Amino acid sequence: MPNTESFFYMKTNRILYSIILLSLLNVCKMNAVHDTMVLDVPWDNGTALSIKIDYEPMWKHVILEKADSSGVFVPLSVFFEGQTEYIDSDVLANAKQIYRISAYTSDRKDSLIVVKGGVATEQWFYMGKLSMLILLVLICTAIMYFISLARRGKALFIRRINGLDSMDEAVGRATEKGKPILFIPGIGDLDDIQTIASLSILSHLAQRSAEYNTDIIVPCKYSMVMSAAREVVKEAYLKVGKPDAYKEQNIFYLTDDQFGYVAGIDGIMLREQPAANFFMGSFFAESLILAETGFSTGAIQTAGTAQAHQLPFFIVSCDYTLIGEELFAASAYLSNDPQQIGSLKGHDFGKVMLIVLTIAGVIFEILGLHGFKNFFTVG
Amino acid sequence: MVSTMSVLGTWIGVFFTLSIFSFLFKDNPFYKFAEQVFIGLSAGYGLIYLIYNVLIPNLFHKLIFDFSHNVILLIPATLGLMMLLRLIPSLQWLSKYPLAVVIGTAVGISMLRYMQSDFLNQLTATMINPLAGATKVEIVGNFLLIIGTICGIYFFYFSRKKEGIYSVPSRIGIWFLMISFGASFGYTVMARVSLLIGRLDFLLKDWLHIIK
Repeated sequence: MPNTESFFYMKTNRILYSIILLSLLNVCKMNAVHDTMVLDVPWDNGTALSIKIDYEPMWKHVILEKADSSGVFVPLSVFFEGQTEYIDSDVLANAKQIYRISAYTSDRKDSLIVVKGGVATEQWFYMGKLSMLILLVLICTAIMYFISLARRGKALFIRRINGLDSMDEAVGRATEKGKPILFIPGIGDLDDIQTIASLSILSHLAQRSAEYNTDIIVPCKYSMVMSAAREVVKEAYLKVGKPDAYKEQNIFYLTDDQFGYVAGIDGIMLREQPAANFFMGSFFAESLILAETGFSTGAIQTAGTAQAHQLPFFIVSCDYTLIGEELFAASAYLSNDPQQIGSLKGHDFGKVMLIVLTIAGVIFEILGLHGFKNFFTVG
Repeated sequence: MVSTMSVLGTWIGVFFTLSIFSFLFKDNPFYKFAEQVFIGLSAGYGLIYLIYNVLIPNLFHKLIFDFSHNVILLIPATLGLMMLLRLIPSLQWLSKYPLAVVIGTAVGISMLRYMQSDFLNQLTATMINPLAGATKVEIVGNFLLIIGTICGIYFFYFSRKKEGIYSVPSRIGIWFLMISFGASFGYTVMARVSLLIGRLDFLLKDWLHIIK
C-alpha cells in the first residue's frame, strides 16, 4: 500500500508540475502578446472599434478575425510587421463584437490565439467632422449676414451672367413668332437642388411669358415636380396680374421613364415647334438627344446644369449655357430676391475661403506640415 | 426550339427600334406611334412599380400587419394624401405643405452632402505639395491641378466684374473648364456609340442572324 501510495503521490506531483509548467509557458506566451484591447473609437457615431495589439516580434503572422452573426470567425485583416492597430468601421452601434487574434511564428511551429470583445457606442459629437462644422458655421453666418444686408436695402453687386440676357430675348422672339416656349426642368425629382434652382428660373420665365402673352409648355418627369412647377407658374401669372391667362394643362406629367420622357419631348419639339427651348436642371444621357432635336427645329436654346458630364453636350448644341454654379446664381440674379442675392453673396464668401484655404494648404504641404490638411480631411 | 412568344418579342422589338430610328429621317406616324406607346407603357409600368414595390411593402403592408411599430408611417401617408388633395380645388392649398417638407428636407440633406463631397474633398485633394512629384510631368501636373482648381473656382465668383487683372484667373479658369469638357465629350461619345452598337447587335444578330 505504501508503495502504491508513493506511486500515486509521485504521479499526482508530476501531473501538478506539468500543469504548473504548462501554465507558466502559457503565461510566457500570453506575455508575448502583452495587450490586446478592443476599444470604442471616440467621438463617432458608434460604428467603429479599434483593435490594438501589442505583440513581441517573434509573432510574424498576426491574423485578425471577427465573429459573424452566427458566431463563425471570418478573416478581417492580416497585421503587417509593426502594425499595432486596426480600425473596424463596419460594426453596429451598441452591439458586442467578438474578435479573434491568431499569432504564428515565422516557421508556424508555435501559435497563440486571443479572443476579445468590445462594444461601439455613439457619441453626441463626431470630432472628425469638426472642420466641416466650422466651415458650415462660417458660410451660414456669411449668408445670413448678406441676407440681412440685402433685406435692409443695401445694394449688393452681382456681375451679369452670360446667357441671362438671352432668356428675355428668347421669350420676345417666341412672342414675335406666335409660338410657345418650352421649359424642361430636367429629369431630377424635387429632392435635387438643381430642380429647385430650375423652378426659380421657371418663375422668371413664366412672368415674362405672362407679360408677353406667350404660352409656356413644361413637360415633367415626376408628379412632384409637376405640382411644384404648376404652383410656380400660377404664382408668376398672379404676380403680373394675369391669372386668367394661366393654362394648367400646359404643365403636365409625361412619364417617369428617362427615355420615354425624352421621346415625348422630342415629339413636342417637332409638333409644337417652340421658338425657345430652356433646359434647366439635372440632365443625364438624354441631354444631347434633347438639345440636338431642339437645334434641328431652329429654336433659341438655353441650357443650365451642374452635371459636369452633360455640360459639353449643351455647350456644343445650345446658344447659351449656364455652367454649374451659374444655374444657381441665375435664379438669384433673375429674381432679385434679397434672400437669394444674400445667399449668393454668402456662397461667394465660401469660394474666397476655399481659395485662401487651398493656397494655405499647399504652402503648409510644401513646408512638410500636414496637420493643416489632416484637419480638413473628413473621415 | 424558339418559342412563338420569343419570336414575336423580337419582331415587336425590331418594329419599335426601326420606328424610333425613322425619326432620323423626319417626324412620321411610325415614330409617333412608337413614342406614344413608349410613354404610355413606361408611365403605366412606373405606376404599377410604385404601387407594388414602394406603397404596398413600405406603407400598406407595415401599417396593416404591424401598426403599433409603424405609427410613424402615418406622417408620410398623410403627406401623400395631402398631395392628392390637388384634385379637390377647394383643398388644393393643402398640397403645398408636403411640397415644402420635401424641398426643405432635400435642401438640408444636400447641404451636408455637398459640403463634404464638393467642398472639403476638393479642398484636401488640392492641398498637395506640387514639388513632390516623382517626374517632371507629375510636377507640372500638380501645378496644373492647383492653378486649375483655384482659377476654376474664381470663374464662379460673382461679386466682382471680370475686368482688368480680375479677368485673368477667370479666363484661365474657363480654359481649364473647356478643356475638361472637351475630354469629357470625347469620352462620353465613345460610350454612346456602344449604345448604338447594342441596337445594331440586336437587329443583326437576334433578328437577321447575319452575325453570330
